[in-house]
Amino acid sequence: MTIIETNSDHGSTVKSRDIFAGELVASLQEIKKTYYMGALSVDVLHGITLDFYAGDYISIMGPSGCGKSTLMNILGCLDQPTQGKYFLGDEDTSKMEDDDLSAIRGARLGFIFQSYNLIQQLDVLENIEMPLFYQGYTEAESHEIAMGLAARVGLEDRIDHKPFELSGGQQQRVAIARALAVDPLIILADEPTGNLDSKSGAEILTLFDELHDQGKTLILVTHSDELAEHSKREIKLKDGRVESDERIHT
Amino acid sequence: MSEFTLDPISQPPASFSPSNPRSKFTTTRLKKITQVGLKSIFSHGLRSLLTVLGIVIGVAAVIAMLAVSEGASFEAQKQFRDLGATNILLKSVKPVEVEESTNRGFGPPQAIVYGLTQADIATIRDTIPGISNVIASRIVKKNIWNLGISINTDVVGTAVDYPSSRNYNLRAGRFFSETELRDHANVVVLSDEVANLLFPIDNPIAKSIKIDSDYYNVVGIMEAEGFSNLGQNQAGSSNSAPSRVFIPFTASKSRFGETTTRQTAGGMESETVELHEAIIQVDNQETVIEVGEIIDQILQRRHKDVDYSIEVPLALLRQAEASALRDQIVAGAIAGISLLVGGIGIMNIMLASVTERTREIGIRRALGAKRKDIIAQFLIEAVILSGVGGLIGVVLGILIPFIISTFWGMTTIVTPIAPILAFSISAMIGVIFGIYPSMRAADMDPVEALRHE
Repeated sequence: MTIIETNSDHGSTVKSRDIFAGELVASLQEIKKTYYMGALSVDVLHGITLDFYAGDYISIMGPSGCGKSTLMNILGCLDQPTQGKYFLGDEDTSKMEDDDLSAIRGARLGFIFQSYNLIQQLDVLENIEMPLFYQGYTEAESHEIAMGLAARVGLEDRIDHKPFELSGGQQQRVAIARALAVDPLIILADEPTGNLDSKSGAEILTLFDELHDQGKTLILVTHSDELAEHSKREIKLKDGRVESDERIHT
Repeated sequence: MSEFTLDPISQPPASFSPSNPRSKFTTTRLKKITQVGLKSIFSHGLRSLLTVLGIVIGVAAVIAMLAVSEGASFEAQKQFRDLGATNILLKSVKPVEVEESTNRGFGPPQAIVYGLTQADIATIRDTIPGISNVIASRIVKKNIWNLGISINTDVVGTAVDYPSSRNYNLRAGRFFSETELRDHANVVVLSDEVANLLFPIDNPIAKSIKIDSDYYNVVGIMEAEGFSNLGQNQAGSSNSAPSRVFIPFTASKSRFGETTTRQTAGGMESETVELHEAIIQVDNQETVIEVGEIIDQILQRRHKDVDYSIEVPLALLRQAEASALRDQIVAGAIAGISLLVGGIGIMNIMLASVTERTREIGIRRALGAKRKDIIAQFLIEAVILSGVGGLIGVVLGILIPFIISTFWGMTTIVTPIAPILAFSISAMIGVIFGIYPSMRAADMDPVEALRHE
C-alpha cells in the first residue's frame, strides 16, 4: 500500500511512499460541530479527538443522535468541522476548499453505504470504475482494475448487470469493490448490513474480515453490537463525546 | 510493528492533487461524460423527445421559412431581372372615367381614345438625357390560324430590339429585321407556346400563318419562358401564359389600324390606342429610378386622365428585396421565439432531472466528483438534448422545403448557412439553458444529496 505525498509549496512535486501498518492515517483533533438553524444552534460534536492507524478495524457505535453520522461525514470529508483539525494522511482537511475536498475524497476514501448507493443507469463494471474516472485513470486502466475487483468480490460474471438486477448482498459487494477501486487510505462503512438479510450480511462481514487481514483500514459506523464484534477497536459515542475507546480483540 | 507486504488487491497509487495532470479535463473524460449523458437521455426516450420538440420545431421552422422566403425572393428577382434593370415600362391603361362616360346615352359606340402616343414617346426621348432606346409596341388580340388550328393570342407589333431589351432569346430562326420593319412586311415570330399549339408536328419556320385575312411568314420562334412575363400582356388580356406572336410595328399599324372593336356585355366597344406599351431603356442603371419619376411628371402634364402605367423594374426589385428582408426578419423572430420556448423546455426538464438525480449527484460527489465535473455532466446532457433536437430539426427543415417544392411547385432554396446557423443556435441554447440547472446540481451539499430519497 502506498501513499502519494504532495508538496504544497511546489504543487507539482509528487512523492510516493509506503504506508506501514500502525502508521497514523487519520487524526481528529478537538473536532466540534455546530449546526445553525436560523437563530437556533445545535452542538452535535463537543470536541472529539481520535487517532486512526493503518491496518486497523474500527467500529464507531452509539445510539441515534449521538453524532455518529456527523462524525462519519467529517471523517468522509463530506462535511467540515466547525472547530478543530482533521488530518487525513498528511493533509489538514479542515481548511480545504470544495474542490480539494472532492479530490481527497476521491483519492483517499472509500465509501460503503447502508443503501449501497449504486448508480442505477450504470452496470456493475461502470459503477466500480466511477471513482477511477474522477481520478483521471485511462479507460484501459480502470477497466483492468474494475475487472480485478469484480472478481475479488465474486461478481465477475455479473459485470454487465444493472444494480436492479442484483440482490442486496450483490449490490453491496459492488459497492465494496467500488470503495476499493482507488486503494483508499480508509474505507468508511455506514451500517453496511443494515438493509441485508442475515446471510448476506454475514457474507459482507466476512469480506470485511478479509479486507482487514489484507491490511486495509476499515471504519465501521453501526449501532449493532454484532457488527462491532468483528472489529478490533470499538469506539462508543454519547452526546457528541467519546464515551469509550477500547481494543476488543488483540 | 511488522511491515505490511504489498497486499494482493493493491492498486496503482491514487492521487488527488489539483495539479495532478491526471485530474485535468481530457478528451477521454469528455467522451465518458458524453456516454453517460447519452445513456441517461436514451433511458428516458419519450421524455427526451418531447423535451426537444421545441428545439426541433424552432430549427425546422428557421430553415424551412428561410428556404421559402429565399426561394420567393429569388423568383421575384429573376422576374425583375428579366424585365431588365435598366428598363422603364410604360403601358396604356384604360382610364376609369372614360369607361363610365361611354355608358351614358345611346347611339353608335364612340371609340375611346386613351393611352400612350408616339408624341409622348418623342417628348420623352427628346427631353430626358440618358435614354438609349425606346421600343414601342402595339398589342392587339387576334385569332391566328394555321390551316384548321386557331388560337386567340396577343399580336405584338414591335421593334427589332424587343428581344434584346428583355433578355428574351430566340429558340429558332431569327427576329424580323429593320428592313422588314420599314417595309411593313408580313413576317411573324411565334412564342414557344404558340408555336407548339399551331404546329404540333412540323417545324413552323418558313410556314405561313393567317391573322385576319393576311398571311404572315414565320421567321423565328422565341425560347420558352418561365412564368416571368410580368406586365407583358396588354390589350385587355388577363392570361398569364406567354402566348404571343410578334410582327413588325409598322405591319401592326397598317394591317389592324389604331382602333379596335370588340364585343362586350353591353354591346360593341371601340377603343383607339396608339401605343400599348413602351420599353424605355436608360443607359445608366443608377439613374433609372430618377428617369422613371421624370417620365411620370412629363406624362402627367400631357395626359388629362391617368391612362398609362409606369413600372420601373429596378424599383420593384428594390421593393422585393426589402420585403424579402422583412420576411426574413419575421421568420427569424418566429424561429427565435420557438427556440426560446424550446430552450425553456430543456431547462425545465434539466431542472427536473437534477432533482430526480439528487442521489446520484451525492454519490458522484462522494466518489470524488468536483463541482465542475457535475456542471460538465449536466451541461453536456443539455447540449446533447438540444443538439439532437437541432439535428432532427435540420433534417426536417431540409425536408419541408423539398416537400413544398415537390408538391406545390414553389421555388425553395436551402442556403447552407441556414442549417449551420440553426444548429449552432440550438447547441448554444443547450449551453445557455443548461447552465442554471447544472449550477443547481453542482451547488448541492453532498451530505444532503446523499440523504435524498
